[in-house]
Amino acid sequence: MSTRHAIAVEQTSVTELDGAEKRVLVALAGQPNVGKSTVFNLLTGLNQHVGNWPGKTVERKEGAFTHDGATYRLVDLPGTYSLTANSAEEVIAREFIIREKPDVVVAMVDAAILERSLYLVAELLPLGAPVIVGLNMMDVAEQEGFRIEPEVLEAALGAKVVPMVASKNIGVRELVAAIGEVARGDYEYAPKLPEIRADHREVLARIEKLIAGCVPEPYPQDWVALKLLEGDRKVTEMMQECLPEERWQDVHDVLRAHDDALVAVASGRYGWIGRMIRAAVTRPKAGRIGLTERLDRWATHPLWGLGILAGILGLAFWLTYTIGAPLQDLLDVYVVGGLADLMGDLLASAPAWLQGLVVDGIIGGVGTVVTFLPILVIFFAVLGLLEDTGYMARAAYVMDGFMHLMGLHGKSFLPLFLGFGCNVPAVLGARVIESRRARLLTIFLAPLVPCVARMTVIAFLAPAFFGSAATLVSWGMTLLALVVLALSGVLINKTVFRGERAGFIMELPLYHLPNWRTIGLLVWQRSLAFVKKAGTLILVVSVVVWALSVLPGGEVETSFLAAVGRWLEPVGRLMGFDWRLMVSLLTSFIAKENSIATLGVLFGTGEEAGLAELLATTISVPTALAFLVVQMLFVPCVATVAVVKQETASWGWTFFNLAFLLVVSWAVGTGVYWLATFGGL
Amino acid sequence: MENKSKACPEVPPTPGNGSVPLSTLRAGERGVVAGMQGGRGLLGRMTSLGFTPGAEVTVVQNYGRGPLIARVRDARIALGRGEAGKIYVHRGSQ
Repeated sequence: MSTRHAIAVEQTSVTELDGAEKRVLVALAGQPNVGKSTVFNLLTGLNQHVGNWPGKTVERKEGAFTHDGATYRLVDLPGTYSLTANSAEEVIAREFIIREKPDVVVAMVDAAILERSLYLVAELLPLGAPVIVGLNMMDVAEQEGFRIEPEVLEAALGAKVVPMVASKNIGVRELVAAIGEVARGDYEYAPKLPEIRADHREVLARIEKLIAGCVPEPYPQDWVALKLLEGDRKVTEMMQECLPEERWQDVHDVLRAHDDALVAVASGRYGWIGRMIRAAVTRPKAGRIGLTERLDRWATHPLWGLGILAGILGLAFWLTYTIGAPLQDLLDVYVVGGLADLMGDLLASAPAWLQGLVVDGIIGGVGTVVTFLPILVIFFAVLGLLEDTGYMARAAYVMDGFMHLMGLHGKSFLPLFLGFGCNVPAVLGARVIESRRARLLTIFLAPLVPCVARMTVIAFLAPAFFGSAATLVSWGMTLLALVVLALSGVLINKTVFRGERAGFIMELPLYHLPNWRTIGLLVWQRSLAFVKKAGTLILVVSVVVWALSVLPGGEVETSFLAAVGRWLEPVGRLMGFDWRLMVSLLTSFIAKENSIATLGVLFGTGEEAGLAELLATTISVPTALAFLVVQMLFVPCVATVAVVKQETASWGWTFFNLAFLLVVSWAVGTGVYWLATFGGL
Repeated sequence: MENKSKACPEVPPTPGNGSVPLSTLRAGERGVVAGMQGGRGLLGRMTSLGFTPGAEVTVVQNYGRGPLIARVRDARIALGRGEAGKIYVHRGSQ
């Protein structure tokens, strides 16, 4: 058996050598906003897999395509401006190229910002893998008045250059042909490599001599020498470990004497770029005022910019409530209701516990997941749209002053804004922030952003309690959460971190029309991930809560869950909460929207409309207000807690975060309860 | 805004050599980068976004407070006021 297996494997490898079935490994690199994901989606279509880089929280996309009988494996590298170890993305990108040795590296560059986007190419070439330059956005460059001759650029670089307009599917076929040509070795690849600025060449040679023979495989020796001079953290650590003590001391002394070399290395790269493009590019004579500049007069204006941002946020909310909410109702009535009726009929003769499990437990849980989707899809689409058109960076820019008040900078606005969709992407999105301090604070505050799930709970409970004033109450709750967020930011910044804020420097990309394909795929992938991960969790919890609420005796009043709720009731009494509200809060820890499902089970209604009426008659107004407040500020769902732990890599920090939220939600809730009580509500 | 970083600026930003912080340029004014200050992380990001000595910079927006926008190597870069204060430029174009 094992012998036959071995032969089969060998046969495969022989075919691989023939080249007929060879899988060519292609890496896709590029700076942010160069249309990398558009190209990736065009090449792989739905034939792609989204995951994380091993041990990292950076998204990893991989796909495959075939061309001329050969199969190509395409790996999307994180978008980075350079390959120096400033953040996880840069390390991932360069480690992949050095260790996995792709057959071809496609470097996407923006033709309208050619000089700056070739900087990454200058960093890619010394890594050894053959590079193809995808010269994207040729149409934009033309509009801006640049005249670029790709053949001249190709001759200067000594590497294949493919002019493209990826958003219009122009040049993609030529790119695929070029990948095939280079992978087969049919292209004479002879790149001209950048050099360090003349005044530092001698130092570089000295370092290379000192480390010669001690550089671990598979790192190129000259590259390591250059990164040492640049002061690259990872490479410095690696060489300190690999070199003998005295030798390291020598290297260290040279580096200390030249700690300004980083700028010399970068200048050398731009000097090389200047030589590459001098003949190939004709620049516009006078600086014209493009669409981006004209739009930015409004979008980045300190006053109008804020107005535009507020308008966009308002529109997102409006869309959610006018399109999302009716869709939710439709799904609830026809899909969930229909399913419940169907199963009820099918199980008419089955034992009561099985009917309960399926109709109340399982279908109840599935219903929550299904009805949650429309809102999530709308939020993912709005976010994707803002990101794809280039507006997101403007939002960060205009919010910089405000975020400054919390000891954060504009970049933290983006992840926190993501929190309106779901706190999980908010916490994960904090990865765009370089400074660990600002990142920790952003993660800490993210659970205070009212996520869709919390808003769903509010949107369901507010009309029941407050009728026509429901919209006002919902907005009030959102405002309250944001005020608490801002005050918490100030407090934590003044007490825990008594330091400076991180550097704020970011690119404002050109505006462009949205690519619906890119946005569609993004919405599809994120929604799918939600259904797979969160959906499963919600379903399991629904069943468990249902089981806990009927065990051991079959009655809710005598169940295990009731016992826990009653035990915690004294704490809730401060706000007039009875055990059922306490139990509802307990289950919200697993997933926010479970609160309603739990209330439905505990109040024995199941039908949501009935539940609303029942709640309005049993709960007083101050208690209802306090309950909404606690819902808004309470400990986040378990999925958020899990990513907080993952991102901070500290249980201590995670528990501190949870304890803080618990205290704040209880304090503010109690305050609102007593205010409302004395206010005569 | 005290500077706690250790790395040396490319050109010591003394008033004597005539360079001024980028943050002092008004909208529409041009300059040529003379040198930068900051830790390795900030310097790395400045250079990869296009700021190196000799690079031409045009300030696109500067309201005198809060962040500002500069154009360098055809890209629009938003900088916090503090960060813009660490980039020194000679007024005018080359």
